[in-house]
Amino acid sequence: MSSPYEKLPGWVEYVLIPLINLTVAFLVAGLVVLIVGQSPIKAASLLVQGAFGYGEGLGFTLYYATNFIFTGLAVSVAFHCGLFNIGGEGQAYIGGLGVALVCLWLDGIFPWYLTFLVAVTASALFGAAWAFIPGYLQAKRGSHVVITTIMFNFIASSLMVYMLVEVIKPLGSMAPQTRTFLEGGQLPRLDWLLAMFGFDIGGAPFNLSFIVALVAAFFVWVLIWRTRLGYEIRTMGASPTAARYAGIKDARIIIITMLISGGLAGMMALNPIMGDQHRLQLDFVAGAGFVGIAVALMGRSHPVGIIPAAILFGVLYQGGAEISFEMPEISRDMITIIQGLVILFAGALENMFRPALVAFFATMRGAGNPSEVSTSGE
Amino acid sequence: MDDLAIELKGIDKSFGAVHANKNINLAVRKGTIHGIIGENGAGKSTMMSILYGFYQADRGDIMVNGSKVIIRDPNVAIASGIGMVHQHFMLVDNFTVLENVMLGAEENAILNRGITNARAELKRLEEEYALDVDADAVIEELPVGLQQRVEILKALYRSAEILILDEPTGVLTPAEADHLFRILRQLRDQGKTIILITHKLREIMAITDEVSVMRRGEIVATRETAKTSVEELAELMVGRRVLLQVEKGDANPADVKLAVTNLTVRDGRGVVMVDNVSLDVRAGEIVGIAGVAGNGQSELLEAITGIRRAESGTVLLDGEAIGATGEADPALLRKRGLAHVPEDRHHMGLVLSFEENENAILGYHDDPEYLNGPMLNLENIRKAAQRSVEKYDIRPPDVRLKTANFSGGNQQKIVLAREMERDPIVLIIGQPTRGVDVGAIEFIHKRIIEMRDAGKAILLVSVELDEIRSLSDRILVMFAGRVVGERTPEATEGELGLLMAGVEEDQEAAQ
Amino acid sequence: MDYFQIALVTLEATIRLSVPLILAALAGLFSERAGIFDIGLEGKMLAAAFAGGAAAAVYDSAFLGLLAAIAVSVCLALVHGYASITQRGNQIVSGVAINFIAIGATVILGQAWFRQGGRTPQLGGDSRFEAVTLPFVDTLADIPYIGDIYASLISGHFLLTYFAFAMVPFSWWVLYRTRFGLRLRAVGENPGAVDTAGISVTRMRYLAVICCGILCGFAGAYLSMAVAAGFVKGMTAGKGFIALAALIFAKWKPVNVMLACLLFGFLDALAILMQGRPLPLIGEVPVQFMQALPYILTVILLAGFIGKAIPPKAGGVPYVKER
Repeated sequence: MSSPYEKLPGWVEYVLIPLINLTVAFLVAGLVVLIVGQSPIKAASLLVQGAFGYGEGLGFTLYYATNFIFTGLAVSVAFHCGLFNIGGEGQAYIGGLGVALVCLWLDGIFPWYLTFLVAVTASALFGAAWAFIPGYLQAKRGSHVVITTIMFNFIASSLMVYMLVEVIKPLGSMAPQTRTFLEGGQLPRLDWLLAMFGFDIGGAPFNLSFIVALVAAFFVWVLIWRTRLGYEIRTMGASPTAARYAGIKDARIIIITMLISGGLAGMMALNPIMGDQHRLQLDFVAGAGFVGIAVALMGRSHPVGIIPAAILFGVLYQGGAEISFEMPEISRDMITIIQGLVILFAGALENMFRPALVAFFATMRGAGNPSEVSTSGE
Repeated sequence: MDDLAIELKGIDKSFGAVHANKNINLAVRKGTIHGIIGENGAGKSTMMSILYGFYQADRGDIMVNGSKVIIRDPNVAIASGIGMVHQHFMLVDNFTVLENVMLGAEENAILNRGITNARAELKRLEEEYALDVDADAVIEELPVGLQQRVEILKALYRSAEILILDEPTGVLTPAEADHLFRILRQLRDQGKTIILITHKLREIMAITDEVSVMRRGEIVATRETAKTSVEELAELMVGRRVLLQVEKGDANPADVKLAVTNLTVRDGRGVVMVDNVSLDVRAGEIVGIAGVAGNGQSELLEAITGIRRAESGTVLLDGEAIGATGEADPALLRKRGLAHVPEDRHHMGLVLSFEENENAILGYHDDPEYLNGPMLNLENIRKAAQRSVEKYDIRPPDVRLKTANFSGGNQQKIVLAREMERDPIVLIIGQPTRGVDVGAIEFIHKRIIEMRDAGKAILLVSVELDEIRSLSDRILVMFAGRVVGERTPEATEGELGLLMAGVEEDQEAAQ
Repeated sequence: MDYFQIALVTLEATIRLSVPLILAALAGLFSERAGIFDIGLEGKMLAAAFAGGAAAAVYDSAFLGLLAAIAVSVCLALVHGYASITQRGNQIVSGVAINFIAIGATVILGQAWFRQGGRTPQLGGDSRFEAVTLPFVDTLADIPYIGDIYASLISGHFLLTYFAFAMVPFSWWVLYRTRFGLRLRAVGENPGAVDTAGISVTRMRYLAVICCGILCGFAGAYLSMAVAAGFVKGMTAGKGFIALAALIFAKWKPVNVMLACLLFGFLDALAILMQGRPLPLIGEVPVQFMQALPYILTVILLAGFIGKAIPPKAGGVPYVKER
């Protein structure tokens, strides 16, 4: 996603422009609230209060953010290789199958920390496996990964319904879900962490997965900017011909990138399944895979941007629940709108305000010669 | 004959900081072939794009047939009788010839009648100008020469009286180019006005009636072709009498380090691009490959460096096969001592969005010096980059700067430093000074000679004949995928030019 | 039920289920042949279904409902156009965004306006499209087989159904036999050729996305005002993506689009029919497998195992004039 535009100061590029785009997205969302006949200001204050105002709210905010860190990282790793992985949703879903199978198998035998290690591996492997076929087809057959990952989301959904209804549902149960895991399949909550800051998380399912997510974010940063593999991934993404010249095996890099991306998406399943519900349910991903797209775009595919972006969406999810409680007209579907607006303004329209900013900073610099900063081409 | 078809008065155009056209005054007489010559980047294409309504001039007037016209967009140009044959053909590949010719001139909202009329008109044009093309052929299945003919037909179909051709022979074989020139002469004789843009002096001398020379956005002279000479035009183009003379001693060729035998390469469409080529490069010599762009030089380099698969033949690097038809791998070849300065630094040699130091290891990123296990050793990478920056005087000397922000010459130095500083056995260099400023050219030429004197085997490809002549110890000429002759650097430009045009091909083959 | 009746019911369901797919896939055809990829078919269809259901209920007029559906769908198409044509943004990203905006907005606005849990009020009478009965149904009724076939397969559909099937040859005709179609196809293959021929690339592409919006409007209206009597939250249920799959499966050709949509509609009908009925030899085919089949088939096609799906050459690439 390179742009033919003039260079701007770093802080404008990486802070001001994303902030402007985000602000516009929220202003439009506020407009929707007005149309519905409610007060955007009240909604905003409820949002903040619900997300940060008390321990349980904060716990939920970080719980949701955990999901989005994983899926945001998944999308951004693929972005670095020039791939658009829309399949985070399906990969996370299948990752959940891995987590559930491990927990069902080991929860009565192992303590949680051993089950956890196996489950982390299984979630990543299952998610990676689901990303493998689209990756392989892109690398070897040139099938566009965007389309195949969309298709694989639907295939995953059908497969999981089948698994839950026909295969792993306990005998005699009507609900399409697994049995509840024993303690050996449950992650400890991080109540102590927020307690250190004087918050009581109450019933919020804020759990160890959050730490795993932060570790994953650090891992992605190291991978992309500090390893040889990351160098090769970035070369592929920035210039496939240069990669070929440099002797980088394009098919191999595409497949590996998709495996890492799918693995990260799959790990997202740890949080709701092992950390919260303690069983595998239908549709537990609930759109987190898609939120990852918004998070990656907002965070500019950098972990340092992804974590705050994920927390912002955590705020929306938690605060949104609070709003819908107080203002029934604004259900949690409002979040979906905001998500769409963020993707629109931070993604597809990311350069809308750039020409104006370029002109503005040119005048500020007082170069006196406006022609120096006009865009190239045309 | 003094009627003017086109007159440009004081045309001025800037793109940002680039002043592409400066106060252009040009008069083109009706019924003539008027050449516009100048180096790449002299502003020829910009001027013609303004004439065709692609860009608006910042200042100045355009007169067509004596009356002022404001050419807002190509529609106005077409309506004024101007047609253009673009350097990169503007054809829809999966459309038929007929559909391409009709596009934008369909007569009616419903195609039926238009198709019938277009077919008849196309037939008439084909007969009138001897421009045979099958109206129902699909473009992507036609050879390049015929595709160009479709472009000409498109213009004629729109009743163009003034035809602009932008570097029309760049993609043509000499036979096709000759045919094109016959067509152009015939069009002129029938009263059309033709503007031919080229950077090839030979074409100007061969076909034009008048010629205007452009340099750095300005028209520096207009001459009657019959009353000028190649030497005068060349001097006008370059602006000063530059005889590219590089200081160099005699070569001391030693063992063969690169041996190419019977190499054949096809492109994606199955067309033979390199045809049974054999050549040797010895340690301590520079072998230059001269030729018109598109005669297989690029494919030859890519096959030797493992970027493209050859169909048959062998390449020996320091006596050992590289597996050119199978497992050749650019990464492995680098380890074995093959360095490669690619022709296209923007798409191959560099990743423009990377920092300078990241590009300084491109292709060598698996060198243990730059790694700590799977991790990059940033300290070593930046140190090494810093050394190259100093040694090659790369400016600005900032290894953390994005590569896109360096000038063309400095970008090229980044590539050269990377490829030369690793003590390769064989050095493959494509277009070493394309888009590079004069100061850097001298530096680059000097470095290439130094590499030779240090005992490297160097294979050099350039479309700049002067460069080939001044650097090479032996010159091979490629034409239509084959090596059609070998000459010493003392060979005259004319002699080489004939070879490059494929003229002496038969005699050579007969010998 | 004898086999003839089963076949009849299945085929009738096939037609009913393919119509929104055909309309949406043709919508995508216009956009993608012009070089604008559109994965926002789902969102446009959903928004149109809501707008249609809402307007029809409020004004008690199916016609006004249809107009509203088209208007809203075209607006979203223009947003996509603005992002991908004028702002040269990423077309995939823009499509994803539009899907989310539609999913969220239909529920929020529906709840705020009608307070029925995201539904629009029940339609009926003038506010809903009714099935039309063609002449001669009674005359032919006594003829065995033909009478039944005529009555349930040919006659007895909504006007929109006939419209959808008529759009197939019409789209073909527009694309291949009109000036507009010639230019539209050209702009998706080589916009430079269109630009130098003196035609505005921007204008052509905007026209194409508007065509796309109109057809998605019809598709949405069909869902909420013909097959169903009102809008239900998330009622497109992935049909926009199946349509996208059908478009790829059809290699971006109008008649193939219809065949692919009929195939996918048939699979859907079959899934419903076979639920709980074991097949001889194979046993019971899981209904989920049948639902996934269109996607699986499309992936297999994309992998190049059954012919190659080559998208329009300039698809997904914003047009920038080169210097």
